[in-house]
Amino acid sequence: MTKVASFEIHYSQFLDASGTVIGELPASARDPSALIPLYRAMVLTRRFDAKAIALQRTGRLGTYASSLGQEAVTVGLAAAMLPEDVLLPTYREAGAQLWRGVRMDELLLYWGGDERGSDFQGPRNDFPICVPIASQCLHAVGVAYAKKLKREPGAAVCVCGDGATSNGAFYEAINYAGVWRVPAVFVINNNQWAISMPRSAQTAAGTLAQKAIAAGIPGMQVDGDDVIAVREAVAQALARARGGEGSSVVEALTYRMTDHTTADDAGRYRDAKEVSSQWANDPIARLRNYLSAAGVWNKNAEERLIDEINGEIDAAVERYLATPPMPPQAMFDHLYAVLPAAYTEQQIAASRGADHA
Amino acid sequence: MPETTLIGAITMALARAMSEDESVVVLGEDVAANGGVFRATQGLLERFGQERVIDAPLAELAIGGISVGMAAAGLRPVAEIQFMGFIYPAIDQIVNHAARLRNRTRGRLSCPMVLRAPMGAGIHAPEHHCESTEAMFAHIPGLRVVIPSSPQRAYGLLLAAIRDPDPVIFLEPTRIYRAVKQTVEDDGVAMPLDDCFILREGSDLTLVTWGAMVKETLAAADRLRAERISAEVIDVATLKPLDFETILSSVEKTGRCVIVHEAALTGGFGAEIAARLAEKGLLSLQAPVERVTGYDAVIPLFRNEHHYMPSEARILAAARRVVAFA
Repeated sequence: MTKVASFEIHYSQFLDASGTVIGELPASARDPSALIPLYRAMVLTRRFDAKAIALQRTGRLGTYASSLGQEAVTVGLAAAMLPEDVLLPTYREAGAQLWRGVRMDELLLYWGGDERGSDFQGPRNDFPICVPIASQCLHAVGVAYAKKLKREPGAAVCVCGDGATSNGAFYEAINYAGVWRVPAVFVINNNQWAISMPRSAQTAAGTLAQKAIAAGIPGMQVDGDDVIAVREAVAQALARARGGEGSSVVEALTYRMTDHTTADDAGRYRDAKEVSSQWANDPIARLRNYLSAAGVWNKNAEERLIDEINGEIDAAVERYLATPPMPPQAMFDHLYAVLPAAYTEQQIAASRGADHA
Repeated sequence: MPETTLIGAITMALARAMSEDESVVVLGEDVAANGGVFRATQGLLERFGQERVIDAPLAELAIGGISVGMAAAGLRPVAEIQFMGFIYPAIDQIVNHAARLRNRTRGRLSCPMVLRAPMGAGIHAPEHHCESTEAMFAHIPGLRVVIPSSPQRAYGLLLAAIRDPDPVIFLEPTRIYRAVKQTVEDDGVAMPLDDCFILREGSDLTLVTWGAMVKETLAAADRLRAERISAEVIDVATLKPLDFETILSSVEKTGRCVIVHEAALTGGFGAEIAARLAEKGLLSLQAPVERVTGYDAVIPLFRNEHHYMPSEARILAAARRVVAFA
């Protein structure tokens, strides 16, 4: 017998769970004060998340998907991107969206049941939150192909969960991305749980990153609770993409610290002890420890940051709650570029509202 | 003036659209060097190159989803699904994304894509190559569903579909791909979407149909004329959005209507037309609306497929019943 293929998957981490540097930091992370924006974004993400859940619990928001514990993944991947890149998120990427300029009141509108929440005034070309699992991975290939064909700068950055890697759309997407050599990066937020399904029940593969090997593209694993590692891995994958070397898969290992969504009760299927033990890996405490040890962060800075962030969140919530719903006939406004005459009668009927015959 | 088949007209329209707009790309299985299994994309690779005439790995879901991404990012993809029987994996992308991207982003992103697929039976093809499931797509808000029935309409409607800013499911009846030739001028003139075409004017009954069944329906109308029954024949052409006004005006004039389609009876698009006639045209009707359709059976393999498909005889029988109804 002859060996015809072999592969290795590499794992990277720069900060351990206590916030101590392991080995050498990448060039982009050597100035500790330059990491403060990442820290701020992670704290903002967590505070926004808590506010969204509070709004849901008090009947002022619909079902919401928390990113608690995964802030380093979502902020780190966005911090590696340039404005001309296109983000194709799933529903757990508030951190990345906020980093890219999506407004908090837009995200609240979306989860509050209003389509205008996906009409981002900031990143106009970023895709809206994608609910059907893994379907956005294919859009990323199309976006990347369009960029390549039109000789436009930038790449497509797609995020999916660990469960999504079991989906045909994920496999088809990375396979096409490989054979067409398009500028795309697929980030797997491996938070260990797909609703009630643990990672071990999702696939027999040793890593999710190795699925890239079958598609002929590189796959790597990073500590998803280390924002420096996430940003560095995605930045390297983007550098390959921009250099015409094609796509990559980055698997970020993290943990879903709370329910799948506000409609879920994780206590039904996983041990509370498992969850509490994961707080030892908290990505925010980890970076705070590092910044404090480096002398660029302290209690006063933390308090000022929290005050500032709370003010921003409160203002966004106010804008969200003060936004009246669209009129009922708006359901026809963007059905087509120009509403065909065949729908006029229904649009008029809708405009009368549900209580009029 | 050159004469061409329906499939030839498709090729002409694709080439025309690609030459006038460099954002138009063609993708699908075997569309490049092979020119497509029906040769719809023949010659395009040589003219427009492999960046714009793209052989897709064998995965229909991906063809649908990648087209959505391309369209949202400024291209105008014209994707080919090899046969309608293989379109189903792509439906997730068509329903969940193509049809609603504009609405869910309030017009920020849109999806100007065309998904072409050969449809229908009657060419002695293998299993799964004979589908007529257009009603599934016509049910979905945000889509256009277009089915040409002649070379001229294939050219004009495909050009319109490619230029349209919204997603179009463009279904091509294989049975008439090469059945007739027509003069088709490659003048870049599109035909209107969202309009029915009155192929023949008449006063005694209205025959409503689309796709390959236009052939048998016109033949039936000829026979009826010999019996001094004057049939108006309407090719619906765009099923969604439906130009019901044209159908209603015709039925108000004739008072009688037979709907002919190859797809199965239950939930077929004929049901929608019949329901609307009941809602809006009841007082004009002088006889029950009849439907002549495929049976609610799995379409037989080709030894028996002709027993499934509406025949000229079945159309004639329905027309005579409707006209004779007191």
